[in-house]
Amino acid sequence: MKLSFKQANLALVTSLSLFSVAANAAVTVNEAWVRGTVPGQQATGAFMRLTSDTNAKLVEAKSDIAKTVEIHEMVMEDDVMKMRQIPNLDLPKDKVVELKPGGYHIMFIDLHEQVKENNEVALELVIENQDGSVENIAVKAPVKSLTAKADSSTHAAMDHGDSKHENAGHGDMKHDDMKPAH
Amino acid sequence: MSINQQRRLVLSGLGVMPLVLMGCGKEESLKVHATDITGVNFGREFNLQDATGKRWTLNDFNGKALMMFFGFTQCPDVCPTALARAVEINSLLGKDAERLQVVFVTIDPERDIPEMLAAYTQAFDPGFLGLTGTPEEIAKIAKEFRIYYKKVPTGSSYTMDHSALSYIFDPKGKLRLSVSHQQSAEECAEDIRQLLF
Repeated sequence: MKLSFKQANLALVTSLSLFSVAANAAVTVNEAWVRGTVPGQQATGAFMRLTSDTNAKLVEAKSDIAKTVEIHEMVMEDDVMKMRQIPNLDLPKDKVVELKPGGYHIMFIDLHEQVKENNEVALELVIENQDGSVENIAVKAPVKSLTAKADSSTHAAMDHGDSKHENAGHGDMKHDDMKPAH
Repeated sequence: MSINQQRRLVLSGLGVMPLVLMGCGKEESLKVHATDITGVNFGREFNLQDATGKRWTLNDFNGKALMMFFGFTQCPDVCPTALARAVEINSLLGKDAERLQVVFVTIDPERDIPEMLAAYTQAFDPGFLGLTGTPEEIAKIAKEFRIYYKKVPTGSSYTMDHSALSYIFDPKGKLRLSVSHQQSAEECAEDIRQLLF
């Protein structure tokens, strides 16, 4: 049931793309990773850098590894940490948007099984273009250790890292127009 | 108690600190990156259990500095970052790390079952101690340490808002420092060295 819905969704995205290629954002995904878990742990997060070549929004993330997948923002108010679901994440034209500890992340809630280091997690990012059309981007994010440190450096923004990604809807991913974060 | 009330409580607690300091005068004053909270009238005791069922109180750590923080294992962001910082602090302290005990207290005892909590904290360092208790015991220690935490529904599940600061006790078991989440491992190690020597 779930699979056939996804297939239908992909077919819709493909057909939309035939009519609105010009408006579609090419979103580059860099350095995607998922934090590993210990057995029994029910939640974890994915981090990455997103760059869109037109103004667009990340409106949804999907993955089979958990019952629920949400886009979250972490805020610190008076030393109190709060995590909140946000309806979407703006991807302004040519700006590197970082999902990293201390900011945004994709939250996996009610994991079906342990997320083991060195495995890969498949997820799908749903991007909404300015004209309202949507496209799906498939991302394969390697699983890092539970103990992985937050990477606060931005020098690696040009680096494609070791995350593999492909466009599930159509194949016009851009790889050569990356801009450094600063 | 509302968030605001709780915050006022924390702030008013911190507000009386300088007076308490002047009145106390037993411990030497510290030049630290953290907030020196020497002499505060909270964080005086706890009694919690590890995964083996063993109970731990402040007295059990005599002779060691104690770095204690509160969190939950379903947190992909602040908690692993704080634990990774503790690993770095240990490494910066070198041999003196033997005189620092890191304790992670869950504020989500319903989901953080003891075995998982132990696996989680020990994934960072086999010497780290994960402590838990009944929901009532956790509420009690949070009150004693002025830690705010609250369940917040998300999707079909829930997440936890919680204070992200760390406390550091000196080797005599006195609460001395309140460390913000943003303070670097280098600054923490410098601060802890002052308490050890």
